[in-house]
Amino acid sequence: MRWLALFRPGDWLLTALGLVVCAVSFHLAWQGGMAEKAVIKRGGEIFAELDLSRNRKIDVPGPLGVTTISVETRRVRVVSDPGPRQYCVRQGWLSRPGEIAICAPNQVSVQVQGGKEAYDSLSY
Amino acid sequence: MTHSVTRLTTTPEDHRIAQMAAAAIGLALIDAAIPLPLPGIKPGLANIVTLVVLARFGWATAAWVSGLRVVAGSLLLGQFMSPGFFMSLSGSLLSLIVLAFSVRLPGRWFGPVSWSILAAFAHIGGQLLLARLWLIPHNGLFYLVPLFSAAALAFGIINGLIAAHLLDELPNGPSDALR
Repeated sequence: MRWLALFRPGDWLLTALGLVVCAVSFHLAWQGGMAEKAVIKRGGEIFAELDLSRNRKIDVPGPLGVTTISVETRRVRVVSDPGPRQYCVRQGWLSRPGEIAICAPNQVSVQVQGGKEAYDSLSY
Repeated sequence: MTHSVTRLTTTPEDHRIAQMAAAAIGLALIDAAIPLPLPGIKPGLANIVTLVVLARFGWATAAWVSGLRVVAGSLLLGQFMSPGFFMSLSGSLLSLIVLAFSVRLPGRWFGPVSWSILAAFAHIGGQLLLARLWLIPHNGLFYLVPLFSAAALAFGIINGLIAAHLLDELPNGPSDALR
């Protein structure tokens, strides 16, 4: 191939480097997305929207008691919940758009949202 | 009433810059006529001229050709002083800066293809920077980075190959000026 002869060794190196840059940017931009806020719902209605860039704690009163939710270093988690099985607490930190923790007994949920929604929800 | 004639003295260097800039402007017009799905993604054919000039006549001439192409090309397309003009200006400036360094890479290992890839990435880098700071001050812009970088790589390689081919075909002038 005549065109291939125009490549010098370093050109291949830079082509490979460029491919790595593409792959990394694909991964960063489209796999994770950018989380921007945490939407807290109580009884199906939006209770609060927290900006993920600001650390804070919020208490959400529900039928069973108070669910505490905290935002820290662009992540959000349920710190404590009066529910019997503690599923939402054990889910730990949520940081990617679409991730959601639902404390069903206390009718509280917290979901991470970004600029664009990649999928409707994410559960484990 | 007397006729006063202003006479510009031109050097061969000026003629060369004008010729090369004319070729680059022609390619920039072809560039603008090619339909592509996303604004901001273009083959950047005019950069082939920049690369050839860079290899033959050095960085200063290449900077002249590139600057003239940006200004005159935008005048012809009716984009002068529009956001599109500033986008191509910032892209060209950053890629010229990167080219100043990349021509100094050892020629045994790195050729026009390398320069072209580096310049293409610098070009989208400059444009993204300006767009983020001025036109679209929102991080959502970075969702497009994968598309831009893929386009930069593909068109960078193609333009670099064409430039390398032209440099092989036209072995006149002070070749490898800056080595």
